[in-house]
Amino acid sequence: MLELVTARARGGLVAVGRVGHFLTDVSRGLRDTPTWTRLTLVQMRRIGAESVPIALFIAAFTGVVLALQASYTFTGAVPMYFVGTLVGKTIMLELGPVLTGLALAGRVGANIAAELGTMRVTEQVDALETLAYDPIAYLAVPRVVAATVMFPIVVALAMVMGVTSGWLTAVNLLDLSTVEFVRGLKLFYQFKDIWFGLVKSLSFGLLIALIGCIKGLSVSRGAESVGRATTDAVVLSAMMILVLDAFWAVVLL
Amino acid sequence: MIEFRNLHKGFNQKPVLAGFTLDVRDGETMVVLGYSGSGKSVALKHVVGLLEPDAGEVVVDGEVVHQLDRARLMALRARIGYVFQFAALLDSMTVRENIGLGLARQGLAETDTDDRVREALALVDLAGSDDRYPSELSGGMRKRVGIARAIALRPRYILYDEPTTGLDPVTAAVIDRLIVRARERTGVTGVVVTHDIRSAYTVGDRIAMLYRGTIRQVGTVEQIQKTHDPVVRQFIEGRPEGAADAETAFAGIVT
Repeated sequence: MLELVTARARGGLVAVGRVGHFLTDVSRGLRDTPTWTRLTLVQMRRIGAESVPIALFIAAFTGVVLALQASYTFTGAVPMYFVGTLVGKTIMLELGPVLTGLALAGRVGANIAAELGTMRVTEQVDALETLAYDPIAYLAVPRVVAATVMFPIVVALAMVMGVTSGWLTAVNLLDLSTVEFVRGLKLFYQFKDIWFGLVKSLSFGLLIALIGCIKGLSVSRGAESVGRATTDAVVLSAMMILVLDAFWAVVLL
Repeated sequence: MIEFRNLHKGFNQKPVLAGFTLDVRDGETMVVLGYSGSGKSVALKHVVGLLEPDAGEVVVDGEVVHQLDRARLMALRARIGYVFQFAALLDSMTVRENIGLGLARQGLAETDTDDRVREALALVDLAGSDDRYPSELSGGMRKRVGIARAIALRPRYILYDEPTTGLDPVTAAVIDRLIVRARERTGVTGVVVTHDIRSAYTVGDRIAMLYRGTIRQVGTVEQIQKTHDPVVRQFIEGRPEGAADAETAFAGIVT
């Protein structure tokens, strides 16, 4: 039992060490600006712009469900305009960033790990090295920067969509007027509700890209190894999003 | 000049190279022959610092590769073209972009890059393929693009990792001809690792036989063809009986 705990602890420390080492490599790669700046724009489109539809889709249905569940919970006990309060707070503080983060852990994290893993096993990463490129600057930095910059933008759009769909549901299905919904929305609103969600989403973007790059670039053998790296990237990212979510709640709320 | 000095390298406690020593002279094409899995590609990767030796060293132009700092390693890599076994073209890029990638790193202007790409593609008989993607090319064409990518850099050395493996005999002969042509036109020093004996005879000035982690014999094509070393003879004749039997039946003629 003690051996198992020791082994797990050692494994955890090794993992932390790898992330730390990789962050050092990324910091070194950031200095090679001619290599990563142009490539980052491409990644911003792939990681950010192309993730907007799925983020909006999730947010739209979340807004609908939140409005209906709030109404179901509040009926007869709490004034109905609190539907706006609950939809706004929940979307901005929690579900906007976390649900979008979990969805993008699958879409973006899996994509990065599979792409870089395949490049590793087909020697494309080695080819970059022989052409005098730093693979970290060429492959990892653009993805990490793009995800860190674009996640808050995607989540901001998801927040707008979630609140809008909640409002439309309230107005059309709950006999709540726009004025009442907005009253509820404004009731306990603080600017912090928005930046808290955006700070969280920024950290999720950074984490998902880092994990995807580490898992992808550490692939050593064939297709099975790529598959395992992809699964690991998604599972680990999802778990770490929940851990980070709790961390920010403790630190910032 | 490339010098492998008493190179040792193993993976998972299993030694692959065990005292690999070989000099590659300027202007020659050295072929390293050996069985599949004998460590030929492992030796080649040490030249550009893709692997670090467990012991020993590789010296290129007087510089010990694994002791170079990152900037000097990059400068060394810029002088070396590397042709990978399966070409290792970046599959998200066109042929032109693949060949231009290394040139962009060297800071070449776009018009000069275009000229170099055209010149390199003409050399490998692939003029007009600039806008095709690797997935649209045959295995042989991909290898030719890989050679073009290396040649376009106008390197001092080109390292070829199994350039004819997996190709039909005619396409393999085309690749051999390109390797010879590249040396004739550019004077580049080459190291070719292969198990294709016909290719070795065609492209090599000298041939070194890698066996059990070290060089068993090195000599000109003629010397290798006339060798009495049983291990080398067995390899070049492609006889299936055990190498160990041949080895024990002979006292051993090395170098």
